Amino acid sequence: MSTVMDAEAPAEARVLNGTLHKFQRVNEIIDRHGKAPSNLIAILQEVQKEYRYLPEEIMTYIATVMEIHPSSVYGVATFYAQFSLEPKGKHIIKVCDGTACHVRNSQWIIDSLREHLHLKQGEHTTRDMIFTFETVACIGACALAPAMMLDGEIYGQLTPDKIKEIIDKIVAEEGE
Amino acid sequence: MANENTVIINGGPVVIEGEVNLLELVQKAGIELPTFCYHSELSVYGACRMCLVEVKGRGLQAACSTPPEPGMEIETHTEKTQKIRRMVLELLLANHDRECTTCDKSTVCKLQQLSQQLKLDDIRFKNRTKHQEKDLSSPALVRDPNKCILCGDCVRMCSEIQSIGVLDFANRGSDVIVGPAFKKKIGEVDCVNCGQCAAVCPTGAITVRSQMQNVWQAIQDPSKTVVAQIAPAIRVTVGEAFGLGPDAPLMGKMAASMRKMGFDKVYDTCLTADLTILEETNEFLQRLQNGGKLPIFTSCCPGWVKFAEQFYPDLLDNLSTCRSPQQMFGSLAKNYYAAELGIDPKDLYVVSVMPCTAKKFEAVRPEFSKDGVPEVDAVLTTQELVAMIKEAGVRFDEVEARALDMPFGFATGAGVIFGNSGGVAEAVLRYGYEKVTGQELADVDFKVVRGLEGIKEAEIALPEVTLRLAVVSGLGNARELIERIRSGEAHYDIVEVMTCPGGCIGGGGQLLPNNMENRQRRTRELYAMDAGMPFRKSQDNPIVDKIYQKWLGEPNSHAAHDALHTSYGSRRRIKGSIADDNNNDAKLDVSVCVGTSCYQRGSYNILQTFMKEAEEQGLADKINLRATFCYERCNKGPSIKVNGKQVKGVKPDNAVEFFKNNIAKEL
Repeated sequence: MSTVMDAEAPAEARVLNGTLHKFQRVNEIIDRHGKAPSNLIAILQEVQKEYRYLPEEIMTYIATVMEIHPSSVYGVATFYAQFSLEPKGKHIIKVCDGTACHVRNSQWIIDSLREHLHLKQGEHTTRDMIFTFETVACIGACALAPAMMLDGEIYGQLTPDKIKEIIDKIVAEEGE
Repeated sequence: MANENTVIINGGPVVIEGEVNLLELVQKAGIELPTFCYHSELSVYGACRMCLVEVKGRGLQAACSTPPEPGMEIETHTEKTQKIRRMVLELLLANHDRECTTCDKSTVCKLQQLSQQLKLDDIRFKNRTKHQEKDLSSPALVRDPNKCILCGDCVRMCSEIQSIGVLDFANRGSDVIVGPAFKKKIGEVDCVNCGQCAAVCPTGAITVRSQMQNVWQAIQDPSKTVVAQIAPAIRVTVGEAFGLGPDAPLMGKMAASMRKMGFDKVYDTCLTADLTILEETNEFLQRLQNGGKLPIFTSCCPGWVKFAEQFYPDLLDNLSTCRSPQQMFGSLAKNYYAAELGIDPKDLYVVSVMPCTAKKFEAVRPEFSKDGVPEVDAVLTTQELVAMIKEAGVRFDEVEARALDMPFGFATGAGVIFGNSGGVAEAVLRYGYEKVTGQELADVDFKVVRGLEGIKEAEIALPEVTLRLAVVSGLGNARELIERIRSGEAHYDIVEVMTCPGGCIGGGGQLLPNNMENRQRRTRELYAMDAGMPFRKSQDNPIVDKIYQKWLGEPNSHAAHDALHTSYGSRRRIKGSIADDNNNDAKLDVSVCVGTSCYQRGSYNILQTFMKEAEEQGLADKINLRATFCYERCNKGPSIKVNGKQVKGVKPDNAVEFFKNNIAKEL
């Protein structure tokens, strides 16, 4: 009887939803890396992939399991730019504000992006959680300045019109 | 010429005799190098760069983090080092809220002292404009991030000496701050309020939360009778502020000064320390006879008590149920003495003068209030008492000593040594020995438990039993000792714990500098004072006798329990839900705590079992499963709640069965 149940259960049963399975994967990640404090960064990187950011409770839990103080985990998570403590949107826009882009008026691009995304000062992610907007220092595409990276792909020689086109396209796709 | 074992400092040879860094060697040569981040008791950090010296062939090196090598030639004050020190100081000052006139640390601030020493007359850099909010969440301490110079002294104190780590660096570059995790406030995290961070902070970034104004208000209120109790450790430190040594009658001077300031009565906490000894020793002897929980841990230190509640919930039954001397005094004052004076307890304003910031937290613990009236109304640290004496214009150095008031103004040597690490244990022995043997103790000195070492052990032979004692100060040492007890490696009958290194003489509210040199002197003076006392054993205190006769009957009586004892509960360090099934239509809510204590007892495995069972049995949509943090039932964990009700006895190995019988069946 049990074999029948085992074979069928995963397909039929409603799976526990919410964040329980993510939480389970956090535990797998810690187990795989081991609890030595030197593994913290690698653990945080993988956990961030699960949640798209580092939730406070999860960082506290990681501290609990690794037997270090939450303030140390928080210190590491806030030191590296790769970690985000806020939920990130589905699409990540990184506008370059390195030297070349800056002199090619990247501020113009930044302002127009903020306007299109309806982001107020200090906000980075749109309320519908579709876009997260960041500025970075040089993405290595200086010849295309002003440039930005959207989900890992480079867009160059930007103008406010181009920005509008790119954003509108994604918004339309997401709307479907 | 340089021989094998010398370093040339400013042209003269200095012999290396075990110094671990150039800073110590330079000090030996009679030169004081400026430092912010160097403390001999903490790890070397090398961040402030004030102690830079020029080493021939190597250029500029931080003296604190460079080990001396034979043949080295160093210069401490060259054009370069002086220029850099001034530059560093200017940069720090540009980033610093220079409101010296209203700063609590003014005159003891290292930043201020060094600016004076280097005679800085101008700061070439623009001042920082970002202003951060002061953290006023704690009853014990105030954090002002605008005054932080990022030396990390508090960070290392909290993690290395106290093994807690509430404070750490966060962010990067110009955004770096020191603070608790997740921008929380110090009153919201697992800080035990010991104040050692404030004691090492070179500036006013962490200071003692003052209650001076509350006390002045009470003094000026004609409806209040204001009484003070003075803790043991104050009598060897208050003189430091007035250039008075151990020969000055400091207790008498305090009594006289405080009466001039408007206190109605001045009493001695040593009296309730003696009461503590009678209560605690009898409690211990009962446990020894009846097979109760041993070792008994002392409970006088509120930093340690909160630490135990947070980190060692399984040891709470081992803590003595005795209140601290401060709270015993408060209880007697409000519950008995007020009636004797014929006044309402709320009009008897009890002020304690303590070496300690954690006492401020202890005084506001809800169990020490009755009908909204706290038993101790305000706690002043040594620092605040000195400030009040000065504010009142009382010439402490000239004021003639006066006797303390009765009935609570009588101390024995046993009460006095409560201020030293080992003092409580020694006082217990002075009473316990006589109580057990029925013979008079010929030599009351138990020197084996004295001294500033972090962990001390002793075995004391009594006729029928040999008592094994451990005495620890510093919570890192406490943690180490507890781990040894838990692993079965060490066995004790009595463990004395004090949070601050060296005990209360090194408390977080004592006068600055609270360094090793001062702690050694204070310890010595307290023992000298004890040696000169006419009564040196708690049981010889005639007032203690009277208190039992008049009010409490005998030690550990019902009345004594009501007035002098307390209870403890596990205290969460974190709260909230961490993973949630979000199934609001479910019939059954099942939460599993994955906080530290429960996690260590396998609660995560239980959660996993529940998840697996729920999904395999097709019950996932009928239950709402959650992983949460602490329910403050740590000593009864793993904590599982079903529809809000705590269930007992679930363990990883019976989780499947529990799910079947208590969860699946309900659905």
